[in-house]
Amino acid sequence: MGENLFIILLGSILVNNFIMSRFLGICPFLGVSRRVETAVGMSLAVTFVMALASLITYLMQVYLLDALGLGYLQTIVFILVIAVLVQLVEMAIGKFSPSLYRALGVYLPLITTNCAVLGAAILNITEGYSLLGSVVNGTGSALGFGLAIILFAGVRERLEDADIPEVFKGVPSTLIAAGLMSLAFLGFQGLI
Amino acid sequence: MDVQKALLNGVITENPTFRLVLGMCPTLAVTTAAGNGLAMGLATTAVLVGSNFLISLLRNFIPSKVRIPAYIVVIATLVTVVDLLMKAYLPALSSALGLYIPLIVVNCIIFARAESFASKNPPLESVLDGIGIGIGFTLALILLASVRELLGAGSIFGVNILGPDYPKALIFVMAPGGFFSLGLLLAAVNRFLDYLHRRTGGLI
Repeated sequence: MGENLFIILLGSILVNNFIMSRFLGICPFLGVSRRVETAVGMSLAVTFVMALASLITYLMQVYLLDALGLGYLQTIVFILVIAVLVQLVEMAIGKFSPSLYRALGVYLPLITTNCAVLGAAILNITEGYSLLGSVVNGTGSALGFGLAIILFAGVRERLEDADIPEVFKGVPSTLIAAGLMSLAFLGFQGLI
Repeated sequence: MDVQKALLNGVITENPTFRLVLGMCPTLAVTTAAGNGLAMGLATTAVLVGSNFLISLLRNFIPSKVRIPAYIVVIATLVTVVDLLMKAYLPALSSALGLYIPLIVVNCIIFARAESFASKNPPLESVLDGIGIGIGFTLALILLASVRELLGAGSIFGVNILGPDYPKALIFVMAPGGFFSLGLLLAAVNRFLDYLHRRTGGLI
C-alpha cells in the first residue's frame, strides 16, 4: 500500500478543501452557515455519514460492481447507498440521542442531496485509494467541510450587522465573503 | 402553459441560478470556460427534461411516502445515460467536466422541479417547464463562464478577445474568482431584473 494516510488527510482537509477549492457542498454551505451552532451540528452529521459512506461505497465498488462487471451502475448504486445510510443515521440518532436529533432537524435528511457525500464516494474510486485511504479521505473531506462551514458561520454572524448596499444583501455578499475565504485557503496550495 | 410562458418563467421569473439560487456546485465548479458552461448546461437540461417527463408520467403511481427515493432512481438512471453518451461521443468534454457529470444526480434544480412542478402537472407541460428552466440554467452558466474566461484568459469560447498582451487575471479561473464573479453577477443581474420589473409594470 503505497499511500501516505497523513498526506491524504491533510490534503483533503486543507489543500483540496471541498467547499473552498472543489465547490462541493455549496448548498448546505450557504444554507446552514447562518449560525455557528447549526453549522457545528451539520458538520458532525456530515462527517459521520461521509466516513460511513466512503467505507460502504468502497466495499460496494470492489465486491459488487467490479466483481460483476457492473461499473456503469456506479452512480445509481452510490446514491442509493447514501440515501439508505442517511435514513439509518437519522433513525439511530433519533433513538439514541433525541436532543441531537432535534438540534439537527431538517438538515439530516438533506445530507442525501449534499453533493459532497456522493462526490467523496466517487473521488475515492477515481483516485484509486485503498479501503483505509478511502475512509481517511472521506473523513478528512468532511472535516474540511466542517472547518469551512464553521469558520464561515462566524464571518456571517458578523456580516449580518454590517451596513452593505441593498443589491448586495443576502447571497451576493455571502458569495463575496466566501471568495475572500477561498483566497485564504488558496494559501494551503503549496503545503503538499 | 404555452411555450413563451415556459421560457420566460425559466429564463427570468424562476431563473434557477439568479432567482432561486439552486445548483450552486456545478455553477461555480465548471464555469472556468464558456464551452464547459454550455456543455454542463445542456447535460443538465437533458436530464431535467427527461426526469420532468418521466416523473410527470409516473406522478399518479408513485406513493407520496416513497417519492424521494423514486425520484432519485429516475434521475440517477438518466444521469447515467447522459454520462455514458458523453463518454462515448464527447470524451474530451466528459473528462473536462469529470466528477460533475455524475453529480448532476444531486443537483437541487432537478429535485426542485420534480417536487414542485412535474409531480403536479401533465407530461407536455412538465417537458416545457424542463426546457425553460434548462435554458435559464444554461444561459446563466454561459454568462458566468464568459465573464470568468474573459477576465482570466482574455477569451470567450476559446476565441481571443482582449488581444495577446492582456495580462491574464488567473484568479478568475481559480476557485476564489468563481465566488467573486458569481457574487457580483448576482447583484448586477438582480438589479437589472428589478429595473425591468418596474419598467414593464410587473409584466416580467
